[in-house]
Amino acid sequence: MAEMKQYLLSIYQPDGDPPPPEVLEPIMRDVDAVDAELRASGAWVFTGGLHPPDTATVLRAADGEVLITDGPFAEGKEHIGGFWIIRAPDLDAALGWARKAAAACRLPVEVRPMVDVAGD
Amino acid sequence: MPVPAVAGIERVFREEYGRAVAVLARVFGDIDIAEDAVQDAFTEAARRWPSAGLPPSPAGWIITTARNRAIDRLRREAARDDKHAQAALLHAQDEPVEEGPVRDDRLRLMFTCCHPALGAAARVALTLRLLGGLTTAEIARAFLVPETTMAQRLVRAKAKIRDAGIPYRIPAEADLPARISGVLAVVYLIFNEGYTASSGETLARADLCAEAIRLGRLLARLMPDEPEVLGLLALMVLTEARRAARTSADGALVLLADQDRARWDRALIAEGQVLVRQCLRRGRPGPYQIQAAISAVHSEAPAAAATDWDQILKLYDQLLAVAPGPVVALNRAVAVAEVDGPAAALALVDGLDLGGYYLFHAVRADLLRRLGRRAEADAAYEAAIAGTGNEAERAHLTLAKQRR
Repeated sequence: MAEMKQYLLSIYQPDGDPPPPEVLEPIMRDVDAVDAELRASGAWVFTGGLHPPDTATVLRAADGEVLITDGPFAEGKEHIGGFWIIRAPDLDAALGWARKAAAACRLPVEVRPMVDVAGD
Repeated sequence: MPVPAVAGIERVFREEYGRAVAVLARVFGDIDIAEDAVQDAFTEAARRWPSAGLPPSPAGWIITTARNRAIDRLRREAARDDKHAQAALLHAQDEPVEEGPVRDDRLRLMFTCCHPALGAAARVALTLRLLGGLTTAEIARAFLVPETTMAQRLVRAKAKIRDAGIPYRIPAEADLPARISGVLAVVYLIFNEGYTASSGETLARADLCAEAIRLGRLLARLMPDEPEVLGLLALMVLTEARRAARTSADGALVLLADQDRARWDRALIAEGQVLVRQCLRRGRPGPYQIQAAISAVHSEAPAAAATDWDQILKLYDQLLAVAPGPVVALNRAVAVAEVDGPAAALALVDGLDLGGYYLFHAVRADLLRRLGRRAEADAAYEAAIAGTGNEAERAHLTLAKQRR
């Protein structure tokens, strides 16, 4: 009966080089475990890992032309390193997944509700 | 034909607004729909009751009217293909209007209002608005912020509950302890608002205090092993015990030191003292337990002069350690004045950044008066009087200012 909602879980990663393999490996293992658990539970909708922000390109429409610039839209101290889109009955359920994600990543995770999609 | 005064409707509003919103929020699964419906019903009551008289069960009338109004409106919106209205109607089909014997809709709504995904200020404001039935202006005054700021805070908080899908239910057992402190803070604020209403001519809004104590008792039943829950309940009943002695026959405010202690409610004091001992035995002291212990020490003194101020100051030292803050420091300074004299207390008070808080000026005024610094005391009294909208408090401060 409960309507399902979708949430975006964004992983906030500090700018700069990734940690060395001996640090990164257990993290990736834990993240993969959360991902597997999400898929097995049926809450998983989509996952994406992103290349660093200096690989980004921004396009802006102005005066009938589209300008292309190299680099991210906004420079900051951190960037979105990856994300999940999950399906959950309510915020408590989404926060439960985000808690696991934050513990696995050792990084802050932001939870944003997505605007309801018709037919979902 | 008896014509109920507008005050009759106002009383029903105060007593039943929170419950009506909580029931309707459960029925429709949506707080905005619930609020609008309950406000519609009270508007209808204001039109109908002055001529038709109060119905036998005003609360039942409000809830039924609100539900029917909301369903009529949602049907019109659903017919225009409004998905939100359709979902709310579907939700309402499965939900009875009656509250069950064990479930309390207000408590469920409290946990929603006090969800950790909401900011602390928003939690308190929402609960006062939705459960206490306080106006935005009253809440703004309790928080010392402009009314527009408070209105925006409420709108934003309700939008987050709806859009982020904050659930409307009592949390699972495992999450309860983590969720309880926000709820306790809110209950205590409701109690304080009831104890010293921020505006108007009535010093105490007994219904709000009763509401806070009722919720406190409910929480104590739900979480008997959480000492702060018992501590808060103890603090509230010990404070409530002094209500009758707190105002004189002509409605003027009587301070603790001047109260006729024979008018204290002995049953409530006994209940509070039992609760204080019960929670302190757990060995996990917290701010509510310590404040309750301070209140219990006052309650034990047969006369103001017999008060054990050394014990009270020790408890304030403990309180300042677990809950540091300028208001606690102000209250501790009052105890310091009794133990070490007004000069020592004034030095502490003058170091506090509490210029927007009328009690800061009231405490300063009293200390300055005791030190014989009349002109400064007068200015502080003026600041205190200007800072409170409560008529009884204003009258008391005006009288205190005239005292030589």
